Formats: sequence, C-alpha cells, structure tokens
Amino acid sequence: MNNVIYLLLRRLRVPLITLIIVYSVSVLGFVLIPGVDDQGQAYRMDFFHAVYFVSFMGSTIGFGEIPYAFTPAQRMWTLLCIYATVIAWLYGIGTTLALLQEPVFGRLMRRRSFTATVRGIHEPFYLVCGYGVTGSVVVSQLVRRDIRVVVLDVEQDRIDALEMDELPVSVPALCADASLPDVLDAAGLQHARCVGIMALTNDDQVNLSIAIASKLLCPERLVISRTESDVTTANLLSFGTDLVVDPFRTFAQYLSLAAHQPYMHLVYDWIHNPYHRPLSSVYQRTRGRWIICGHGRFGRALYRAFDESEVEMTVVDVDPAKIDQIPNQVTGVGTEAVTLLEAGVHEAVGIVAGTGNDADNLSIIMTARELNPKLVTVVRQNVHANALVFQNSRADFIMEPGRIIANRVLAHVRSPLLPVFIEHMQRHHDDVWAHTLINRMSSVVGDQELDTWAYTVGEEQTPALMEAMAQGFELKISLFFKDPHNRKRNLHAFPLMLRREGVIDMQPGELDLLQPGDELLICGLNKSFRRMQWTVNNYNVLHYVLTGNDASNSLLSRLLQSRS
Amino acid sequence: MNKEKVIFAFFIVLAFTLNFGFYLGDIENPAHHNIYEFFAALVVSMICTVIKFGDRTHLGALMLATSLVADLQLVIAAGIWGYAEHISGVGMDPSNMSSVVSLSGGALMANIISVILLVLETAMLRR
Repeated sequence: MNNVIYLLLRRLRVPLITLIIVYSVSVLGFVLIPGVDDQGQAYRMDFFHAVYFVSFMGSTIGFGEIPYAFTPAQRMWTLLCIYATVIAWLYGIGTTLALLQEPVFGRLMRRRSFTATVRGIHEPFYLVCGYGVTGSVVVSQLVRRDIRVVVLDVEQDRIDALEMDELPVSVPALCADASLPDVLDAAGLQHARCVGIMALTNDDQVNLSIAIASKLLCPERLVISRTESDVTTANLLSFGTDLVVDPFRTFAQYLSLAAHQPYMHLVYDWIHNPYHRPLSSVYQRTRGRWIICGHGRFGRALYRAFDESEVEMTVVDVDPAKIDQIPNQVTGVGTEAVTLLEAGVHEAVGIVAGTGNDADNLSIIMTARELNPKLVTVVRQNVHANALVFQNSRADFIMEPGRIIANRVLAHVRSPLLPVFIEHMQRHHDDVWAHTLINRMSSVVGDQELDTWAYTVGEEQTPALMEAMAQGFELKISLFFKDPHNRKRNLHAFPLMLRREGVIDMQPGELDLLQPGDELLICGLNKSFRRMQWTVNNYNVLHYVLTGNDASNSLLSRLLQSRS
Repeated sequence: MNKEKVIFAFFIVLAFTLNFGFYLGDIENPAHHNIYEFFAALVVSMICTVIKFGDRTHLGALMLATSLVADLQLVIAAGIWGYAEHISGVGMDPSNMSSVVSLSGGALMANIISVILLVLETAMLRR
C-alpha cells in the first residue's frame, strides 16, 4: 500500500510543477503589466492582489476585475492566463485519473520514450531480461560497478519496483514480453554499444527464444541464459550461448566441493559471493555419509555431483519408482524421525533437504537436527517470499536459485578468466594449496568484500603500460601492486593467475616480466582496484610508480628535459 | 548521470541562492529586499518540494522535510508581507520587514541543510 502512495506522488510531480509554473507566470504578468485606476492614473498591481486575482480566475469562482477595471493589455493577459490555468488544472486532474486507468496510449508512449532513451545510450550496456530475484541482484551489482543496464520484464509490478529501487544511475526499463524480437530490438539488441544479453526470466522457453534471437541477429554478442532443465541447457549450448547457468547443477557442484575439499570450497565462495563466510567457518567435518531428501531435479543433480567426487550418500524420496536404481535408498518424505533413522541420521555428517516444498524442507532439517545436532544442514528454498523463515532456520547452506544464478552471472561479467581459474584450480591443485591461497586472501582483505578483476595488457585496457614499453621500460607484475600515491606502499591486492598464449600460471611471481597480450587476474579490495586504474591508464602516474620521479610528461616538459 | 538528480540539484541550489540574495541586506530596510526575488525564491522552493515527492530513500525523506520547512517559512513571510501592505493600514514598517526577512533567514537555514544533504548524497555515490 505504501508503494501506491509513493508511486502516486511520483506521477503527480509533473502536473504539480506545471501548476506552480503556470500560476507563478500568471501572477508575475499581472504584477508587471501596468493598469489604470478609476481616477485615470497609472498603477501597478502588487503581488497580493495578483495572487488573489489569479486564484479566483484559475478556478473560475465568480469573476470581476480588481482592484480597478482592466486596461486592454491586462485583459489580453487575463485571456491567456484563463486558458493556461484551466489547462493546467485539467492536466493535473486528468493525470490523476489516468493513473487509475492506465490507458493503452500511455503504454505506447512509454515504449516510444524507452526506445529513444536506449538509442541515446553512449556507454557500453547490458540488456537484462527479467527483473525477479536474479535480475534485481544482477542489475544492482552492475550499476554499483558503473555499468549501464537496460531492463525488460513482463510484469509492470517489477518495473515499478525498479523505479522505486532508486539506483544511482538511471536504468531504462520497459514492461513487455521479452520473447518478442521487436521488443528486444527496441531494448537495444542490435545497439552498437550493447555488450551482452542476459536471459534471466523464470521461463525456459522465453530464455531460449531470447538467446536464439540474439544469436541470429548479432552472433558475436555475449549471451547469458538461465535454465532449469537439461534439455534446454543442451539446446542453448548447441547454438553457442556463452554461459548457461543451471542453478541446480551449479549448487550441486558447489556443495560437493564443500563435502570433499572445504578450503577449495571457501576459495570458490569468496570469489563468487560478496557476502562470503569468514575463514574460521570452514567445514572440517564434512567427510562421510550424506543424506539427500528428495530426488527431483535438484536431487538428481546433487546425486551426480556427489557420485563424481565419490561421496557416500543415502537418498530419501516419497516415490519408490524414482529411486529404485540407487544402492542406498529409503522411501519416505524425511519429515518424520522414522525415515531419517532408517537412513542412518546418527552416523551421517550432513543432510540435504531438497524437495520442492519449502515447509517439508524446513521440517526435515528441524527433525534431523533434533536427532543429530552436529549435522551439516543444507536446505533448498523454492519461494523467495519465504526468505525470512529460511534466514532464521540456522541451516548451514540455503540454496536459493535466484542468488546462485546472480553470483555466477556476475562472476562471468567481472572476468571470463574467473571460471578458467576455478576449473584449473580444481583440476591441478589440492586442498592444501587452496588453504595457503585462502590464508593469503584473508591477510589481504580481512573480513571485507573480496573483489576480482582482470587486465589484458594492450592499448585498450592498459594504454599507459604500452607507452612505457614503447619507451623501453621493463615492466614487472609488481608494478600493478604499488600504491600510486606512495610507491613504497603496496595495494591490498595480489595476482591470482597469468595467462600468456594459452599457458596458465597460477599465482605468478611478482617479478615476472609483462608482455603485450598477457591476461592477468587480480583479487583484492575494490579500493585497490580504483587506485590500480590510475597506474595502468595514466602515463604520468605509471612513470612515478616505475621511477619515483614525479615529473609531468607534457610535450613542453619533454622538450625542456631534452634541452637540459 | 541521472537526469532526475541534475534537475533536482539545479532547483535546490537555485532556491538556496535566491533565498540568500533576498536575505542579504539591512534587516529593517525594505529597499534592500527585492519582492521579485522573494517571489522567485518561494516558487522555486515549492518546485523543489514537489520534485522530492515519492522518494523513498532516507535522505530523500530528509530533503523533503527540509524543503517543506523552507516552504512553510516563506509562505508565512508572504502572509506577513500581504498583511502589512494591505490589511494593517500602516504599510510596510521596519518591524514587519524584519519579521519577513528573519523568516526568510529561517528558510535559508533549511535550504542550507538541503544543500548539505545533497552534497552528502552525492559524496556517498560511488562514481
């Protein structure tokens, strides 16, 4: 209800301002136009009389010419004012009525102005389709990084919610069906500055048609899509969708990492999730038998991921037909103690409540915790509106699809090097290596948010470095990490990975020499990122970082230096 | 850049400067205080208030409050002015003039707070 009042006030801004302006101009006119009094002498109306006259004239309650009969010039102005004030009033009342009726015309006008706004964007932007839980997290995080966004959603409520979110950068948004290509086109699908399309609606078919339209019209453009079924995943990948996020599979992999490599899991968590857990929270006791309740889409994805990393498990489901192929199976919902005892809750290390029913899921973990308080509990949240109960459920992991997709998408947008890093770490390194890495991360950022970013050494991203190379400087990786305000200090950041001609170097040494085309992945505090931008973009700052010499590098000073 | 914020900043600074211009001068001397400037300050201040309608942020609510305070004082000042000139029968005397100017001084304080809030809001933005 509160939203309605705010929306009403917002929509009434323009008519109210129109009224104020029309009235003030009218009043000013009467004060400025000279009149003649009953003795034939010139006089000027003062503000008091002008306001009085305009007030009763505008609302047309009675009419008379005060304080004396008007001159022709005053009458001509009155004529103008009558129309202007009446129109302003009608406009104000009309807008209020229109707000209650939402005519089709208004929708068309919004579409037109939306198209014009999108066409006028001169910065790179992302097109986000769907402003639900995932969409709103992605949009607010992108805006926080000063990246422009355009939003499409099929429900007006969500577009209103976007308007109320008061983002610091204006976000053009339209209520329309994103599966229609002409809507996508109006939202900037073929715009030259559009960097990528994100299909984040909760309908697989819509996401599919968005991805297809995008790949057909602009094959080069980045397309990120969410999906909830394997068929759609395969379909999306078949025509080259850049990133397909299946929340069930993503969470299953995430959880299986926690079950057998706790420190690597923590690295993953820190890199993907801004609200990561502290170092001390690592799950020490995760090796052993897990109980999985529910063998639907999520249960199956989890079973597969656990099976690959050889975690022991028992599967519980109501429908015996679903689980008859699985060695350790128990039939039942899992909400009663009998079923859980049969599944061996006393010996298990963790339980996953992954059914499609939120109440069942909460009941499962509460019963299980009563039987075995040391259990690691994982609960799946299906409905976003239940967030409050889940936050207070004291479960170790809450699986909420919307946030998982948002974190994955954001990690990809931050740098395509991140997935490469994660994959390489899982394949070539063990948990001990991850432990040392997490210690290093912790000493650099503490409890603050860990940010990651990447540079490709070249004209586009690091113009200053290229200029320094052209002048014959030898550039080491360490120069990235010197504070441009005082080069004796180091920034709170360190290199995660260097990729040179396809060869990957994890945690490269800081004395390695840089070459054009190197891709460097860095993690640290966001504050350090902003300082680092100075070093790589501004040659004068880089010159100071390299030599300690604070000379400016203008044409004039170069000439003077070569003279002396 | 957010167009809405530019327009708002423009009006709030304009309201402040107009009000300051009116307030400047000998408090009792009507010759130092231009009525047109007073009128402009009142109109711009009202526009400011309307622009801030429907802003749900905490700072937005504070700004709405301060600009309502400025409006209130200016409207009362206008009322006193009208009373002095037309109803009291003695015209604009020093005591009435000083009430008008001191009320506009109060509105000026509210405007200063608005401007401070605006600067704070801008500084909090990560740009």
